Amino acid sequence: MKIAIVNYNAGNVESVKNALNRLSIEPILTDDAEVLGSADKVVFPGVGEASTAMQFLRERNLDETIKNLTQPVLGICLGMQLLCEFSEENDTKCLGILPYKVRRFESKDLKIPQMGWNNIFDLKTNLFEGVEENSFVYFVHSFYVESGAETIAACDYGIKFSAAVNHKNFYAVQFHAEKSSAVGERILENFLRGLNT
Amino acid sequence: MLAKRIIPCLDVKDGRTVKGTKFVNLRDAGDAVELAEIYSEQGADELVFLDITATNEKRRTLAELVKKVAAKINIPFTVGGGINTVEDIDILLNSGADKVSINTSAVKNPNILSDAAKNFGSQCVVLAIDAKLVENVWKVFLNGGRIETELKAIECAKRGVNLGAGEILLTSMNADGTKNGFEIELTRKVSEAVNVPVIASGGAGTEEDFVEVFTKGKADAGLAASIFHFREIEIPRLKRYLKKRDIAVRI
Repeated sequence: MKIAIVNYNAGNVESVKNALNRLSIEPILTDDAEVLGSADKVVFPGVGEASTAMQFLRERNLDETIKNLTQPVLGICLGMQLLCEFSEENDTKCLGILPYKVRRFESKDLKIPQMGWNNIFDLKTNLFEGVEENSFVYFVHSFYVESGAETIAACDYGIKFSAAVNHKNFYAVQFHAEKSSAVGERILENFLRGLNT
Repeated sequence: MLAKRIIPCLDVKDGRTVKGTKFVNLRDAGDAVELAEIYSEQGADELVFLDITATNEKRRTLAELVKKVAAKINIPFTVGGGINTVEDIDILLNSGADKVSINTSAVKNPNILSDAAKNFGSQCVVLAIDAKLVENVWKVFLNGGRIETELKAIECAKRGVNLGAGEILLTSMNADGTKNGFEIELTRKVSEAVNVPVIASGGAGTEEDFVEVFTKGKADAGLAASIFHFREIEIPRLKRYLKKRDIAVRI
């Protein structure tokens, strides 16, 4: 099984690689369109700011490469947000694969970013096989993806938002599965070994 | 519901953990990577590694330790101690740290906070404040508590957040090592003054101390070292206790 991680200026590429290593998988870190296209599965990580990341992807033509992927793809954190249509973070036009907008948390009572462990619920699809409702996963984010028909895990932080979405072959999680202890490992394992190519 | 975090702190020197009382009298408490794994399995929500001798001694071993920890554990961790430049931060984050905690240099050269936030994002920039009550004023101390400044803890927190700090690690030097409880009043004031999470540190001795700091102190996370290292409080039991007291925790 060939697993590729989209290698770009995202902060958590190494963390995702480490997490996959712990699952006895040696992923390929690459920005090569051909290598990404021929992988069995692709992980699209991300930590950082949306417009800078999008600019980086466009300059390397990675935006087109990612859009054209047909195998299961897992976006993580900023990776999830970049898969959406638009982000309020510096009014950034994103990849437009997931039919959602990325909003900024607005709250007088809550601290922004949401940083820490929150529970996810209304779990759907095989991505969450064996994961109990209300399991805790680790979030760090100031922006969120709205909830909608493609939401496969919900979370509540002042507002109900998408902790995970699935649209065609694209899966995405807002939380850091690579830092979410045993629950995160199970979700990664489900993505890597459980979903059919 | 966002859970309150329990964070064991590992003061490290040459890859091993040490913990002093009021920053002196260090005791060896074990291998850092091994301890990190144990805490992770016990249900710690996050780990903090502080290279306590970093400002005085060479610390090439730190990045190596960070790499080893990052390869092994599956929860987030912060690394701090002697961080002076954006390059220092870059090395630690690239070695696998999720966040860096900045103390002395954040006061001496506040631009490091904004530079770090711009380069790596606020989410990984933790401002560590060591505060001590001097003549009824909470003053900021630097260099592991050795240098007194005229800066007030709350002002330091506010300024740091404005510059780009995404979290505050607030240590009461008066409470540290006493096991008489966290500094509730100071923690609450800082937590109310800033819109980023506050980690309370110093003074934890009982399970009830964590209840107090999360409720009255409005802390988002509670950090402790020796009570965890010497197994005076075990994390699973602490979390069950907090849950019974209606505090949101990850179990």
